[in-house]
Amino acid sequence: MRGLTIDRTLVITLLLLIIFGVLNLYSAGQTDVPTQAIGVWKRQLVWLVIGGIACYVMFRTSPRLLEWAAPWVYAFALLLLAVTLVIGTGQGTAASTRSWISIGGHQLGQPAELAKVAVVLMLARYLSSRREAPISMRELIVPCLIAGIPFLLVLKQPDLGSALVFIGILFAMLFWAGVRPYLLILLASPVVSLLAAFTTWSWVAWMVLLTVLLLIWRPFVFEAVFIWMVNAVMGFIAMPLWNRLAPYQQNRLLTFLNPEIDPQAAGYHAIQSKVAIGSGGLMGNGWLEGPQKRLAFLPTPSTDFAFTVVGEELGFIGVTIALVLFLVVFMTMVRIARRASDPFSSLLVFGILGMLFTHVWENVGMTVNIMPITGIPLPFFSYGGSFLLACALGLGMVLRVAWDSRMSGYIEA
Amino acid sequence: MNEFHPARLQGRAASARWVLVLLFGVLIVAFFRTQIVQHERFQLRAQGNRLRAVPLTAPRGAILDRNGLVIAENVPGYSVKLFASSRDSLSALLTQFQRIVPIDSFQIEEVLQRYRASPFQPALVLGDASFQVVAQLEEHRSALPGLVIQAEPKRQYPDSSAVAHVVGYVGEVTESDLSQNKFPGAALGGIVGRAGLEQQYDSILRGTPGTRYIEVDNRGRMVREEGAAPTLPPIAGRAIRTTIDLPLQEFIDSIWPVGVRGAVVAMTPQGQVLAMYSAPSFDPNDFIGGISGSRWRELTTDPARPLLNRAIQARYPPGSPFKLAMSVIALKKGIVTINSHMGIPCRGGLQFGNRYFRCWKREGHGSLDLLGAIAQSCDVYFYQLGLRVGLPTILEEGIRLGFEDRTGIDLGPEIAPIFPSSTAYFDRRYGPRGWTNATTLNFAIGQGENTQSVIGMTRFYQGLANGGVEVTPYIVERPSKQVVRNYGLTEGQALDLRRALIQVVVAGTASRSRQLEFQLAGKTGTAQNTSGKNHGWFLGFAPAEQPKIVIGMIMESLEGEHGGAMVAPYVGQIARYFLVGPDSMLKVPLRVLVPEDSAPRPLELRPDSGPPVPSPEPAAPPIGRRR
Repeated sequence: MRGLTIDRTLVITLLLLIIFGVLNLYSAGQTDVPTQAIGVWKRQLVWLVIGGIACYVMFRTSPRLLEWAAPWVYAFALLLLAVTLVIGTGQGTAASTRSWISIGGHQLGQPAELAKVAVVLMLARYLSSRREAPISMRELIVPCLIAGIPFLLVLKQPDLGSALVFIGILFAMLFWAGVRPYLLILLASPVVSLLAAFTTWSWVAWMVLLTVLLLIWRPFVFEAVFIWMVNAVMGFIAMPLWNRLAPYQQNRLLTFLNPEIDPQAAGYHAIQSKVAIGSGGLMGNGWLEGPQKRLAFLPTPSTDFAFTVVGEELGFIGVTIALVLFLVVFMTMVRIARRASDPFSSLLVFGILGMLFTHVWENVGMTVNIMPITGIPLPFFSYGGSFLLACALGLGMVLRVAWDSRMSGYIEA
Repeated sequence: MNEFHPARLQGRAASARWVLVLLFGVLIVAFFRTQIVQHERFQLRAQGNRLRAVPLTAPRGAILDRNGLVIAENVPGYSVKLFASSRDSLSALLTQFQRIVPIDSFQIEEVLQRYRASPFQPALVLGDASFQVVAQLEEHRSALPGLVIQAEPKRQYPDSSAVAHVVGYVGEVTESDLSQNKFPGAALGGIVGRAGLEQQYDSILRGTPGTRYIEVDNRGRMVREEGAAPTLPPIAGRAIRTTIDLPLQEFIDSIWPVGVRGAVVAMTPQGQVLAMYSAPSFDPNDFIGGISGSRWRELTTDPARPLLNRAIQARYPPGSPFKLAMSVIALKKGIVTINSHMGIPCRGGLQFGNRYFRCWKREGHGSLDLLGAIAQSCDVYFYQLGLRVGLPTILEEGIRLGFEDRTGIDLGPEIAPIFPSSTAYFDRRYGPRGWTNATTLNFAIGQGENTQSVIGMTRFYQGLANGGVEVTPYIVERPSKQVVRNYGLTEGQALDLRRALIQVVVAGTASRSRQLEFQLAGKTGTAQNTSGKNHGWFLGFAPAEQPKIVIGMIMESLEGEHGGAMVAPYVGQIARYFLVGPDSMLKVPLRVLVPEDSAPRPLELRPDSGPPVPSPEPAAPPIGRRR
C-alpha cells in the first residue's frame, strides 16, 4: 500500500494545464477590436466547475459500474448522434453543420464529445472481455464497428476533426489490447493507399511496398488477398471520392499541402496562425500582448487556435512548457494504464489517453501547419463546454483507476 | 497468452512512451523551426499584416534669390487624411466629415480617386487645413474613426504673384506621372513641382519622404495612429540659390500697369537672370494643398492665360529690335559700315515692284547712315539693307546669331522661336514662285515669318551689351555648360552699334526715357497686330558704357498707333531701380503708349507649320492674330 492518495503527479499537472489554459483564454479575449472571445474565459470557468463536479462523480464511480453501463452509454450516444443528424444545428464558423443538440434555441452540447467517451467505454468492455488479443482481420471487425459507427455518424454532420478522434481511440486501444502492430498497419493501409493515389507513381510504389510487407508478415492468406484488393480499389476510387468531398473540405486538404495557394480564403487561417506563432520567436510578445491576436488577424483565438496565442505571446518557451505538461500527463496515464488492476480499467485509461492525445496532436499540429486544419479543440486551452465535460469525465475515470490500482496493492513488476 | 500480464504491459507501455516522445518531438521541432529558425520571416510578415505605411512629406528645399532672400519657403501646416478599409466605409466617413468641415462633391470625388489609387494608405482630404479646421476635427475625432491629422511642411511664396512664373507651383504627383517616370523617386501622394523652378529643380528641392506607420486590424480598420512602429524621418530637400534679384522682381510687379499683358526679362551681361516677370500673374499659393476646382478652371479658362509664362513660353514678332540683328549681319559681312548711306533716302516709303512699302514716319527721315537709321528706326533704310544682304544670308546668319534656337535657359518648357532655316522654307510653303523679294523687306524690319520669345530677344541684346559675345542665360547658380556665342563683330563695329543704341535713347525713338544718373541704351519696337492694337517692345541695357543689366520687355495690345510715350520708360525705371537704388525713384505715374516706330502696316504671316514646340498646358500664346 502506498497510502490512500490520488495520483498527485496527474492532478498537479492537470491543474497547471487548466490554469495555463484559463490565463491563455483570458488573453485571447484581450483584443483591440471587439471579438467573440471577450469574456469567454469566465464561461470557461463555469464549465470548469461543472467539469470538476463531473470529474469527482466519475472518480467516485466504480469501474465495474462503468463496465456494466458501457453498452447503455454507447447506445445512448449513438442515439444522440442519430438525433443530432436530424435536428442538429451549427454554430459559429461551422454554422452549416449539424453538430449541436439544442432545445428552445439553447445549445446544450455536442453529442460527438460524449460519444468519444462512450466509444472508449464500449471498446474497453469488448476488448477486455476477450481472453486473447485479436490476431486476424476478422477479429478486428467488431472493434472497428464499435468505433466506425459513431465515426460515420459524426463524419456525416460533417465534422471530420471529431470523427478522426474515433480512429485515434480505436488504434490506441487495439494497440493496448495487444493487437500486433503489423495488423494495425494493414488495417490502416487502405487509407494510405487512398492518400498515395494522388499521383500514380506514389500509389504504385505503395502497392509494391504493401505486397512486400504482406509477404514478410504473412497474415492469413485470404485476409492478405482481401487487404491487397481493398488497397487496389482505394487507388481507383480516390478521385471519385475526392469529388464527393464538400468544397471546404477539399480546400482544407489542399491548403494544408500549400496554404499559399489561397492566402485570402482557405489558406488564411493556416497562414495567419503560423505567422502569429513565428512572430512570437523565443520569448514571445508577452502575455496579453500578441499583436496578431490583438488586431484579430488570428482567427478563433479562443477555440481552435488557442494554442497559437501561446505561441505568439509566450514564444517557443511557453509552447515547450505547455507541450511538456501535456507529455507528462500522457506519460502518467501510460503508467496508470500499466498499473491498472484489471484489463477493463487499463484499456479505459489508454482509450482516454488516445482520445486526448489525438486532440492535442491534431490541434497543436494544425497551428503550425503540420496537420490539416480541422475544427478540433485543444484540451484545457480551447473554450468548449461539451468537450471540457468529456475530458473531465474521462480524467475522473483515469484518477479512479489510479486510485484503485494503489488500493489493490499492485506491486511493480 | 494473457496480453494484460504485467510483463506484456510493460513492453507495450515502453513502446507507447517512445511513440509519445517521438510525436511530441515532432511538434517541438515544428515549433522550433517556425519560431526560432523562421522567426525573422514571420516577424516581417506579421508587421506587414498590421502596419500601413503613411508617407511623411519632406520639407521642400527653399528657393532663394541672389542675396539669400526667400522666394519660396516652408511654413507649418496640416494635412487631413482619412483611413478606411473599403470604399463604402470611406464614403460613409466623408459624409460624416462633411458635417464637420464643408467640402464639395468635387473634393469628395478626388478623395475617392486617391483611395482607388492606393487603398492601403490614408486618403488625403485636405492638403492644407487651417488650425481651426484641425481643432474642429479633433473635437469630433470619435465620430471619425480613421482620421489622420499630420503636421506637414507647407509651401509658401511670400511674394506670391510677383514671383509666380519664375518659381512656378507645386502639385500632387499623378499616377500617369509615375507611370511615365516623370519624377524619379516620387511616390504616390507626394508633392512635386509642376511649373517653373519648382519643376525644373524638383529633384533637388523635393527631398526624400519619410514613413510613419499606423496599425490596422484584420479588416483594415485603423486601430492605432501613433507609436505602432518607429518612424522613418523624412530627409529635407536642398535649397537652391537663384540669380533672381527679389527686390527688383518685386519692383517690376509693383510698377506693372494693371490689365496689360506682357513680360519682362532682366539679366546681367553674364547671363544671370535678375528678374523674370509675366503678366497677368497668378498666386502660386493657391496650389498649396491642392488647388480648388473652381480656381483651376478660372486660371485655365481665362483668355489672358495667367499660367502662361510670357517671358519664355510666348512668341512675338520681333519687330524693330530685329533691325539690330540686320545691322550685325551687314556689318559682319562688310556690306555696310556705321556711316554708310543707302541709295534711296527715306521719303516715307519705298516703291518695290508694284508695292509701296511705307516707313513708320510718313514725312520720311531723309538720308540717314546706319547709326541714324537705328536711332530713328527707319524702315526704308532697312528695306534697302535687307535687299543688299539678301534673304539667304539673313537666314543663314540669323541662325548663326541664335534666332532659330531656344536660349537653353534652365527653366522649362521654353518655346522654340519660328525662324526659317533657309529660303527653301518659302519654296516649300508657297512654291518656288509663290513668294517674292518682298519677304526680304519684311524680314529686314523684323516682321514676316519670324517670331521670337522675350528671353530669346533679351539674350541677343545681352550679346550686344557684351560687344558681340553672348552667354546662355540661367537662373540657378550652379555649374552648367554655358554656351558662348560670338557674333563675329570687330571691337569698333560693336562700339558703333552701342553708340547707335545710345542714340536711340538720346535723340531717337526712346528719347523720353533718358535717365540722368546713367546712360540707357536700347531699341524700341512695335510688333504689328491686325486687330489694330500693337505689341510694344523695348530691349536695352545700362549703363551703356559698362552694362550691368540687360532688360527685355514687351507689352501686348497697347492702345494707339503713334503715341509719344513708349515701353522704354518702364525699362528706364527698372534699370534705375537696379543701378541707382529704390530711394532715387521718381514717383511719376507712367502712361503706356506704343512706340512710334511701328512698321507701316501689318504684314502677312501665313499659318505656320513649323516644328511642334513644347508648350505649357495652355497651348499657344495669344499673340497678335495674323493671317
